[in-house]
Amino acid sequence: MAIEVRIPTILRSYTGGAKAVQGSGGTLGELLINLDAAHGGLRERLVDGENLRRFVNVYLNDEDVRFLGGLETPVSDGDTVTVLPAVAGGSAST
Amino acid sequence: MLTISRGLYEKIIAHARADHPDEACGVIAGPAGSDRPERFIPMQNAERSPTFYRFDSLEQLRVWREMDDLDEEAVVIYHSHTATEAYPSRTDISYASEPQAHYVLVSTRDESETEFRSYRIADGAVTEEPVQVSE
Repeated sequence: MAIEVRIPTILRSYTGGAKAVQGSGGTLGELLINLDAAHGGLRERLVDGENLRRFVNVYLNDEDVRFLGGLETPVSDGDTVTVLPAVAGGSAST
Repeated sequence: MLTISRGLYEKIIAHARADHPDEACGVIAGPAGSDRPERFIPMQNAERSPTFYRFDSLEQLRVWREMDDLDEEAVVIYHSHTATEAYPSRTDISYASEPQAHYVLVSTRDESETEFRSYRIADGAVTEEPVQVSE
């Protein structure tokens, strides 16, 4: 049993081109640590310190995990986690 | 080069004009690998800002899944600048995450004339490309 994690095109260099990979853990944070063992570097693209990176969207099934519990969000076997880079920009320079 | 139909070209400009002075944003989907923009998908700017845009995260999930189901991809990702030229800002470049997409920028700073330009943005590098509007 496992949790499916759907990977966007731009991050598939970390998954050998795979569109989806499987991992395990009790929370999203644990799942990402688990995934990093097989797909080194992936977690770093999603997490900055203790939080999700601001311009990465992570969804648990149909919900944005920002509205659940971020990295503390509980996950369980059979869930699907989807990663999408936020589409953002604008004329303001930061 | 971006080749786009007159109808889609006009729809992007109409969306940008309608949301002015806030930035407008959206996608034109097309068959994966075809490089043909076909399906116009205006998106909400979750920031509702004259200087920033961000797709609403749940709307983005729904649209990206729909494209996946239809074997489509984002051929064009467009947004408007409402007070500056239609050239990618540093913000645009740092967040660009779809290297296969044509990044279209329109500027609505001039009331009568709309700038419409297209770019590739990959690994922090911006390359402008010609736009051919097909009738």
